[in-house]
Amino acid sequence: MPAALTVEATMLGKLDWSAIPFDQPIPLIAGAVVLVAILAVLIWVVVKGHLPYLWHEWITSVDHKRIGVMYILLASVMLLRGGSDAIMMRIQQAIAYQSQGYLPPEHYNQIFSAHGTIMIFFVAMPFVIGLMNLIVPLQLGVRDVAFPTLNSVGFWLTATGALLVNLSLVIGEFARTGWLAFPPLSGLSYSPGVGVDYYAWSLQISGVGTLVAGINLVTTVLKLRTKGMNYLRMPMFCWTTLASNLLIVAAFPILTATLAMLLLDRYLGFHFFTNEAGGNVMMFMNLIWAWGHPEVYILVLPAFGIFSEVVSTFSGKALFGYRSMVLATMAICVVSFMVWLHHFFTMGAGPNVNAIFGIASMIIAIPTGVKIYNWLFTMYGGRIRFATPMLWSIGFMVTFIIGGLTGVLLAVPPADFMLHNSMFLVAHFHNVIIGGVLFGAFAGYEYWFPKAFGFRLDERWGKAGFWFTFLGFFITFIPLYVAGMLGMTRRMQHYDVAAWRPWMIVAAVGMAVLTIGVICQIVQLVVSIRNRETLRDRTGDPWDGRSLEWATSSPPPVFNFAFNPDVRGEDAYWDMKVQAQQQSLERDGPEYRDIEMPRNSPTGFVCAFFATIMGFALIWHIWWMVILGGLGAWATFVVFAWRDHDEYVIPAEEVAAIDRVNLEERRSLVSMAGTA
Amino acid sequence: MTMTATASQAHADPHHIGLVVEHPGPASKRIVTAYGFWIFLLSDIVMFSCFFAAYAVLSGQTADGPKGSEIFEQRNVAIETVCLLLSSFTCGMASIAADMRNRFWFYLGMTVTCVLGLIFLAIEFREFADLVARGYGPSRSAFLTAFFSLVGCHGLHVSAGVLWLLTMMAQVFAKGFRADVLRRMMCFALFWHALDIVWVGVFSVVYLLGSGA
Repeated sequence: MPAALTVEATMLGKLDWSAIPFDQPIPLIAGAVVLVAILAVLIWVVVKGHLPYLWHEWITSVDHKRIGVMYILLASVMLLRGGSDAIMMRIQQAIAYQSQGYLPPEHYNQIFSAHGTIMIFFVAMPFVIGLMNLIVPLQLGVRDVAFPTLNSVGFWLTATGALLVNLSLVIGEFARTGWLAFPPLSGLSYSPGVGVDYYAWSLQISGVGTLVAGINLVTTVLKLRTKGMNYLRMPMFCWTTLASNLLIVAAFPILTATLAMLLLDRYLGFHFFTNEAGGNVMMFMNLIWAWGHPEVYILVLPAFGIFSEVVSTFSGKALFGYRSMVLATMAICVVSFMVWLHHFFTMGAGPNVNAIFGIASMIIAIPTGVKIYNWLFTMYGGRIRFATPMLWSIGFMVTFIIGGLTGVLLAVPPADFMLHNSMFLVAHFHNVIIGGVLFGAFAGYEYWFPKAFGFRLDERWGKAGFWFTFLGFFITFIPLYVAGMLGMTRRMQHYDVAAWRPWMIVAAVGMAVLTIGVICQIVQLVVSIRNRETLRDRTGDPWDGRSLEWATSSPPPVFNFAFNPDVRGEDAYWDMKVQAQQQSLERDGPEYRDIEMPRNSPTGFVCAFFATIMGFALIWHIWWMVILGGLGAWATFVVFAWRDHDEYVIPAEEVAAIDRVNLEERRSLVSMAGTA
Repeated sequence: MTMTATASQAHADPHHIGLVVEHPGPASKRIVTAYGFWIFLLSDIVMFSCFFAAYAVLSGQTADGPKGSEIFEQRNVAIETVCLLLSSFTCGMASIAADMRNRFWFYLGMTVTCVLGLIFLAIEFREFADLVARGYGPSRSAFLTAFFSLVGCHGLHVSAGVLWLLTMMAQVFAKGFRADVLRRMMCFALFWHALDIVWVGVFSVVYLLGSGA
């Protein structure tokens, strides 16, 4: 190797000007627009003088509510990115009949890979983790999560992963392998570019963030509950949070190990998944799905919890069959680890193995069915209010049942042999993930928005958003079931079968309707912010809620509760309200005490900064920068460990002042309810 | 707070055994920290189990390269094992010393732990370097890939542990036995013991079973 080249290779690794896709206008323009938008926001923030506020109140915040909001914001932005990918794919398949369409194959392959990766890891995950962060400590009646600073680290590492994935749009390329990067396609011989490296490193980094969040929330639920909050008094959302995070703790290390093996194959010539020297490709399948199937339940269990809260609140009844719901949740948690092989029945493991996993997959439908009936019986005889969160919940029940049934169909191995990797499968998992997770996330967003920001969202735009999304979903995905039945396989850049064409066109129309739904929700946010004074929630309890998050003001003070509540039964806040209406609100002039809260810390942000440098350097083989990033991250932790004051005190007078305002509002609510 | 007999009491007594167990409220920081770290350790063990599984799948795939019995040196492995098990004992001594606020025994225990850890790493490094020099690197066969990854992953954990150990000594030197330093020390001790447990698995599955085959 010539000396000059060696110096350059040492300094910049594989990076050079050819990494910028000057010949591809779509990513270049998209990247430029995003860059200009980010710059504009940055300039606006700096010029308007918001930077200190942003830094002190949000970026370095260790408050679980702020971190939760930032998670959800990240998820929403990424939803737009992943949604754009979806729109491009639907248009491509609508026009690519006996033609190349407008997307060249290598670009189309990157788009469907990025779409899946982004939607699962950077939309669904941060959305549900954000909601859990925001609400669970409030529902448990405590001041924060178990490890507040670690919580911030977890969020920023997730953001790092999202940043790296989006960086691949303009510097280099993304994986063309699908969202799970199966070898040998993802091995070095078939994917020599940096695409798979972008994929793997961003998931490794955000995976550490997810693991941290999982450990944090498990510990919070199991060890930080307020007085009297026995396990069987916890709101359903806390139970599903527990189950989901137990799954994170047990499943995400598998993803870490699997991607580490793939990376070792790619970087150091190992033979885990190669065709040569005894490597075993099917081992990757087993490992990745041993993570991948629990992942499905990591996403959908919190959504089940949200629906439980929403259905119970808007039916004005306690949740039907609370204990069976707990049992069903934990049953799903356990059985979800025993079905992974149904993702590759066609591997040829033999009829007995396939039969066992097929039966296990059908069994998991039983606890899910229990849940559906519990929700229906909760509604039965209730005084139902059809507010937007309730619409999403009912929409979910209809949609998810269809998705669940096609899932049971796919769990039959002989049927799966026909439908494996077809559009039928694509329709099925969108049916459960959109109908389950996304509807759940939207229900939670509409339901808890007033708690987070102190004003409600506009109902009219919200309902419009629901109906367009709901109808758009069916117009888009029912045709995909049909196309799958007609033999259309997934991930096709173009096709020559005339019978598929009409269905693809209908699906594209459905996508347009879905897009209107998304626009409605954006408009809803803008309109609501504008009308926030009329939508203001002064009571902290806008929906007549039942659990403890409604017992504090909206938005809650940084310490959540002036006094840790004393819980006497299920539906803790509902009981309090009933008691209070009988005895009038007690506690005149309670004795306030000083409250210690964790101090804000830039550890998470700085750590993620170094992780970004390290990830980028690893992707482009810039080894000196890898070492720099690693040292920086370690130094950050040492500096954090060295600080002397990790808490600050909110004096009793300040607590009293904040709490009295809340109590006043609440008294007026109760007296009004008494006279009504 | 006294509680009168109400319907809600039934929920605190789910099995109707006449014993009302009210949840006392959030646990102390020490318990929360240790509990969280246990959960992390469990997740770490899940990760190791993937490498164990990969080793089990690939250990026969030698691609005409060497088998385990041809490359494992039992004498070295025995020394490694003794070092690591002994270091767990000295780490335990250091933990007790920390709880007793005894600096001398703390530093002594930690130093011996560190030295034993470094000896372990040195032997492992020499084993790896020797194999690579003979042309039996991880790229030689899937068996060697799995071997290097599993044992190397444990080695990386020990290296990180040594780095953490030194940081802990520096922390005690600079800050004394502060409550947060003691909590970190407890986590470190848990980590170090967990590495021992993993090593027992590595020793049995890789070296003992492999030497026989």
